[in-house]
Amino acid sequence: MLASTLALGIILGGTYALLAMGLTLQYGIARILNLAYGEFMLLSCFVVTGLFTAWGIGPLLGLLVVTPAGYALGWLVHAGMMSPLLRRGDAGRLEVDTILATFGLLFVLQGIMLIVFGSDFTSYSYLDQGVSLLGVTVAANRLVALAVSLAIGLGLYAVLMRSNWGRAMRAVALAPQSAWLVGIDVDRMGRQGFALGGALAAAGGALVSMFLTFSAADGVVFTMKALIVVIMGGVGNVLGALVAGLLLGLAEVLVAAFIDPGLTLAATYALFLVVLLWRPTGLFGRVGG
Amino acid sequence: MTMTSRRALLGALPMTIALSLALPGVGAAQDVVRIGYAVAKSGPNATGAGITTIPNYQMWVAEVNAQGGLEMPDGSRRMIEVVEYDDRSNTEDLVRAIARLAEQDKVDLILPPWGTGPNLAIAPLMDKAGYPHLAVTSVTDKAPEFADRWKRSFWMLGGGHDYAEALVQTLVAAREAGQINDQVAMISVADGFGIDLVSAARPAFEAAGFTLAYDETYPLGTSDFAAIMNEVQRSGADSFVAFSYPPGSFGVTKQAQTMGYNPKVFYVGVGGAFPNFPQVAGGKAGGVMSIGGVDSASPAIQDYFQRHTDSAGSPPDSWASAVTYASLEVLEQAVQRVGLDHQALAQEIATGTFQTVVGDLKMQDNQLRDLWWVGQWQGDKFVAVNPAERQGATAPVIPKPEW
Amino acid sequence: MGYVFSAIAFALLAVLPLFAGDYGTGLLVGLMGYVVLASAWALFSGPTRYVSLATVAFFGVGAYVVAVLNEVLPYPVVLFCAALTGAGMALVVGLSTLRLAGIYFVIFTFGLAELVRQLITWFEVNVTGTLGRYIFLDLTARDIYWQLLALAVLTLGAGWWIRRSRLGLALRVIGDDEVVAAHAGIPVARTKLVLFVISATIITLVGAVQAPRWVYVEPSIVFNPTVSFLTVIMALLGGANRLWGPVAGAVPLFLLFEWLSARFPDHFSILLGLMFLAVVYALPDGVLAALERIRRPSVLKETKA
Repeated sequence: MLASTLALGIILGGTYALLAMGLTLQYGIARILNLAYGEFMLLSCFVVTGLFTAWGIGPLLGLLVVTPAGYALGWLVHAGMMSPLLRRGDAGRLEVDTILATFGLLFVLQGIMLIVFGSDFTSYSYLDQGVSLLGVTVAANRLVALAVSLAIGLGLYAVLMRSNWGRAMRAVALAPQSAWLVGIDVDRMGRQGFALGGALAAAGGALVSMFLTFSAADGVVFTMKALIVVIMGGVGNVLGALVAGLLLGLAEVLVAAFIDPGLTLAATYALFLVVLLWRPTGLFGRVGG
Repeated sequence: MTMTSRRALLGALPMTIALSLALPGVGAAQDVVRIGYAVAKSGPNATGAGITTIPNYQMWVAEVNAQGGLEMPDGSRRMIEVVEYDDRSNTEDLVRAIARLAEQDKVDLILPPWGTGPNLAIAPLMDKAGYPHLAVTSVTDKAPEFADRWKRSFWMLGGGHDYAEALVQTLVAAREAGQINDQVAMISVADGFGIDLVSAARPAFEAAGFTLAYDETYPLGTSDFAAIMNEVQRSGADSFVAFSYPPGSFGVTKQAQTMGYNPKVFYVGVGGAFPNFPQVAGGKAGGVMSIGGVDSASPAIQDYFQRHTDSAGSPPDSWASAVTYASLEVLEQAVQRVGLDHQALAQEIATGTFQTVVGDLKMQDNQLRDLWWVGQWQGDKFVAVNPAERQGATAPVIPKPEW
Repeated sequence: MGYVFSAIAFALLAVLPLFAGDYGTGLLVGLMGYVVLASAWALFSGPTRYVSLATVAFFGVGAYVVAVLNEVLPYPVVLFCAALTGAGMALVVGLSTLRLAGIYFVIFTFGLAELVRQLITWFEVNVTGTLGRYIFLDLTARDIYWQLLALAVLTLGAGWWIRRSRLGLALRVIGDDEVVAAHAGIPVARTKLVLFVISATIITLVGAVQAPRWVYVEPSIVFNPTVSFLTVIMALLGGANRLWGPVAGAVPLFLLFEWLSARFPDHFSILLGLMFLAVVYALPDGVLAALERIRRPSVLKETKA
C-alpha cells in the first residue's frame, strides 16, 4: 500500500518536475518570470496532438519538432519583448514590467489558441498500456515522461556544473551585475537561458500531452504548478526543481490516499505557502540569492 | 497644435465610447428579427459553451436564414440578425450584457447563456424585461421553485436527483438480473454539479440497498487520478460511478484503461457523451455509461447529427446539445404560431406541443421532463438507456466489455 | 475649491441612475465596482509597489459571506460581518507575508486566492454539504450602485487622507527604499500591514455589495481570477501612485472593454493581453503621467501627487 502510493507519487512528481524545469531556467538565468510559460507548453501540446492525429507522427517524434521550435520562440520573445525592458535599466521596475509583459503575452497567446484550436477538451491515446511497478500499474507514457524529465534534469545539471558554458550561465544567474566583468556576455546568456527554457517548455508540453486532458484555457494551471515547484526548489536550481517536483507529487498522492482527495490541491498550495514563508528562497535556494 | 489635438483626442475618446454605449442601437429594420445572446467565449465557461451552446445557435440561425428567415404567423419570413456578446465567464458582465440586449439593442428575443449559475443570474432580469427564458443548460433540483418565481422561465435539463436516481434504477435492475454485486465506488468533483448529483445519489444508493465501498470528492482541476483510481480498484466494487467534469471523465477513463481496471459498470459524468470520448478512450468506449443519451434510431436525431457535423465540423455531444437545439425549434415554432409578443410566446411555449429533434416536446409546469437520464456507448453511438420504459430506449450492456 | 467640485461631482453621480435604465445602471454598477477595486488596490500596492493578485480572494470571500448569511441576518449586519471577515483574513495574511518582496509576493497572493477557493469548496462539500448558494435579497441595481458609490467616496477619501498624514509620508519612503525607511525609524511592517488591511477590507466589501446581483454563487463564479487581473491593469494604466490614477485607468478601460465586447466578442483575451502590453511598453507610468508629459513636456517628473 505505502510502496505503491510512493510509486504513484514519484511518477506524478516527475510530471511536476518536467513542468518546472524550463521555468526555473528562464527565471534563474534570464531573470524573467515568464507567466506565459504555460501557454508555451500548451502550444506544444496542441502541435504535438495535431501531428499525431493528422499524420500519425507520435509525440516522441513530435518532441524533436517542437523542442527546437520552442527554443526559437523563446529566443524571439526575449529579443522582441524582453530586451527593450532590460535596456530600460531600472532594476526595481524590471521585475514588475516583465511580469506585466508576460502577463499580456499569456492572454494574447490564450486568445489566439482559443480561436485556432477552439475550446474543446483535447486528449488522445498513446503508449497508455499499463506497466507494473511496485504493486501498482502505471501508464507507460508516464514512465517515459518521468525518464525524460530525469534525463533532462540530470543532464542539464551536469552541463551547468561541468562545462564552460554552464559556468557562464551560473555566473549570470548568481551575479548578473558583475558577470560582464569576467567577460561574459550577460545579455546573450540571458537570451540563451530564456530560449532554452522555451525549448524545455515545449518538450514538457509534448510529453504531458500524452496523458493529460487539456483545453486552450489551461495554460495558467501549468504555469501555477510550475511556479510552485520553481519557488520551492529555489529559483534557477534545476536539481532543486527536480526534488521539489517529486516532493509535491508525493504530498499530493499521500494526501489523496490517507487524508482526503478533496484536499489535494489545497495541500499543494498550503505546502507552497509554508515553504515560501519559511524559506523565501526555496528549499535549495541560496541565502540572499 | 498637435499637442492640443492629441490631448483633446485622449479626453474625447472615453466620452465618445460612453456616448455610443448609452445611445440605443440603431433602429432595427422592420423585416428582420433581432436575436441576442451573451455566452462565455473566454474564461472557464468557454469550453462548455463552445461545445454545447454556440455551435447550436450558429447552426440554427444559419438554417433559418437559409430558409428565408423566421416564419411569422401571417406566413411572412423575417431574417434573423444576431447580436452577440462575450460574458467572459463573469456573472457581472453577463447580467449587464443581458440588460444591454434588452434595453439598448432592443432585441426581439434573447437566447440563454451556458450553465446553471449564469442562467440563474439572468433570470430576474429576463423576468423583469418580460422575455421568455429557455434556460436549457441548467441542471437544478429547484427548477419547480424557479419556474414559479419567474413565470416565463423554462427549465429543460432536469435536476441532480433525476440523474442520480435514474442511475440507481439502472443499477438496481442490473443487480436483480444478477449482473453486479451491491458494492458501489463513487467519486465526485467538488463543484456545484458534482455535489448536487452526489448528494442525491448517496441516499438513493443506500435506500436501494447498495453499499458505498468508496465515496470521495476531488477538487476541480485535479489532473491525476492514479491515486484515487487505485483506491477505487481496491474497494472491490462492481460498479464505478464518477460524477465528474470533462477533464475528470477523460482522466478516470484513461487511468482505468492503463490499470486494467474493469468494473462491470463504468459511469462518468459530463464529457462521457462528448463526440470525442471514443477517441479519448482509444476506441474502447463501448459499455461506458454517462449522463444523457439520444434515441440513435430516430431519423430526426440522425439527421441532426449529420447537420451538426456539416455545420460545426464535429458531431454534437449526446446529452445537452440535442435539447439545446430542440429549445430553438420550440422557439421557432412558437414564433410561427403567435409571433414575437413576449407574453403570447411564453404562454405558447408553456402550453403548446412542438415537433423537435428529440421528439414531440411539451413542457410540464415550465419544465421539460421527457429527458434521457442515463446513456451508454454501444458501437459508435451513445444510446439512451434510462428511462428504460420510454420509447427509443436501448437495453444496457452489463457487464461492460473489458477495455 | 477642490472639495466643492468633488462634492458636486459625487452628487451628480448619485442622481445619475435615476435617469438611466437597467443597462445604464448596470454599466454604472460595473464601472463603480472597478473604480473602487482599483483604487483600493492602489491604496496598498501603489506606494509599496507590491503587486497583489489576491484581489479576488477578498472579493470572493465578501460575496461568500453574503451568500452564507443573507437569509439569517439583516443586510447591514451581513455587510459588517463581511468587512470583519475580510479584515481578519487580511491581518493573518499580512502578518505572515509582508516580509516577502517582489516576485514572491506576487506569486504568494495568486496562490492565496486559489487556496482560499479550495478551502471554501472543501468546507462546503464536507461540512455543509452544498456548493451553490442562492442570494435572494431585495436590492435593486440602483441600491447596489449607491453602496458602491459610497465605498468609492470612502476609498478616495482614505487615499487622500493617507497622503496628507504621517502614514503617507512613511509609505513614500518605504516605496522608495525599505532599508532607508527602517533606518529612519519608520515601523515598516506595521505601516504596510495597516494599509493592507484597509485595502483588503474595502475589496471584501465590493464583493459583498455586488453579490446580490448574481442570485447564484459558487466558488468558481466568485473566485474568477480575471477580477484580480483587471484590477491590476486598471490601476497601473491610470497610475497606481496617484489618488485619481486608478479612476483614470478604470473608467476608460471598463468602457473600452464594454465597447469592444460588442464589436469583437471573440477576442477578449487578445485585447486584454494587448492592453497589458500597451501599459508596459507605451504608458509605463500610467495615463495621468502621460497626459502631464503631453501638457508640460518640459517637466520631466511630477512631484505633486
